[in-house]
Amino acid sequence: MREVRVDDVMWAVRDLCIDANTRLPAEHLCALRRALEVEESAQGREVLEKLLENAEVAREECIAFCQDTGYAVFFVEVGTEVRFVGGEIAEAIDEGVRRGYDEGYLRKSIVRSPIERTNTGDNTPAIVYYDLVPGDDLKLTMLVKGAGCDNMSALKMLTPAEGLPAMKEFVVQTIEEAGPNASPPLTVGVGIGGPFEKAAQLAKKALTRPSGEPNPDPELAELEKELLEEINATGIGPAGYGGRVTALAVHVESFPTHIAAFPVAVNLDCHSHRTSSVEL
Amino acid sequence: MSEKDPVRLETPLSKEDVQTLESGHVVRLNGMLYVARDAAHARMAEAIENEDFLPFDPEGQVVYFTGPAPARPGHPLGPAGPTTASRMDPYSPLLIERGLRGMIGKGMRSEEVREAMREHGCVYFGAVEGTAALLARRVREAEVIAYEDLGAEAVRRLVVEDFPVIVINDLYGGDLYLEGRERWRRASSKG
Repeated sequence: MREVRVDDVMWAVRDLCIDANTRLPAEHLCALRRALEVEESAQGREVLEKLLENAEVAREECIAFCQDTGYAVFFVEVGTEVRFVGGEIAEAIDEGVRRGYDEGYLRKSIVRSPIERTNTGDNTPAIVYYDLVPGDDLKLTMLVKGAGCDNMSALKMLTPAEGLPAMKEFVVQTIEEAGPNASPPLTVGVGIGGPFEKAAQLAKKALTRPSGEPNPDPELAELEKELLEEINATGIGPAGYGGRVTALAVHVESFPTHIAAFPVAVNLDCHSHRTSSVEL
Repeated sequence: MSEKDPVRLETPLSKEDVQTLESGHVVRLNGMLYVARDAAHARMAEAIENEDFLPFDPEGQVVYFTGPAPARPGHPLGPAGPTTASRMDPYSPLLIERGLRGMIGKGMRSEEVREAMREHGCVYFGAVEGTAALLARRVREAEVIAYEDLGAEAVRRLVVEDFPVIVINDLYGGDLYLEGRERWRRASSKG
């Protein structure tokens, strides 16, 4: 067994919160620069230039590049040979979020209940998904998830007969309906398979893949390319002002499913695609 | 859709000011803006229903839909980009009927809001979400004027200089989102 102090997890989470909210990942910045090369609309190009300039200012001043510093979502891969000492892992993650959002001047956007709507005041609770893996590694991946684009996400239970064509149509239709509301240029997470909730979780996890890195499965990688092309044919463009670049990347994740099912979930991420990870 | 030089406007705006604007016009706003989003709009609607005071007189004013992040010391306002305007659709006509001349946000508005805008003379401006740090640099002063308990959702009065926006919906049925999408859509995604 390897012992990991929960305090170390807490500090790592604090740093992830600040890092993810103030520094756009290098792959995402590259994707924005590539988009600038292909965008033909003058307004679209100006939006892309402003996004890049904004990212630079945020990094220099260590301030959030988007005011919606989102839900703090964590995917935790924890080896079965890891033993946490010095406290509870869940509490350590929440404490890290509390400190990161306070010390990083990040907005606290979480309310206690969808009905009662009092702000929790510290952006907790974190949203945490644990994956048990063999060995003694521990990896935390944070996704900062804004609500504007999350609100435009969708899930549909297709039938096997409707199949792949209906899946593609649903993905493109979700983006058509989101239009400018999800703040393009988008990163699109798609989850197919599993039961209902698995598809949604896969769609969210797909967003943590480095921007534009294709799925290792060549068929899914081809599907990602095809979807990206169709999405960029919609003309929605950067900020929805019209243009060639509506999405920067499409990431598809697949999982076995039931003989009767073809669930598909689409989770949209905005211009500020924020993910960061650490191994402890 | 025009791609000419920015129009510089000073708030409060007159009806004549907004009559000159068309979808796609690039505008630089100067003067006061009022910040309000979901919870503040719900309270303002309640105040109107109870014939109570509003935090500000909407006549001629521009509302900015945002909930800023906390400001670092030395900054008047933290990062503040626009939030999705459609969530304010149930409330916006109440302010438009009382003389509101402009709204700044992102995303599409309902037909009901667009109709109220045309009827009473109010335009909807888009700011680029994802430029929160840059937009905050255009803010000279910021002050919470009501509903302080709402934190990031409190009503604020800002003084801005050359705040960059673009006209999405004008008084004549123009809609930059629809026009832009139509212009750049490729045949393969039609229908």
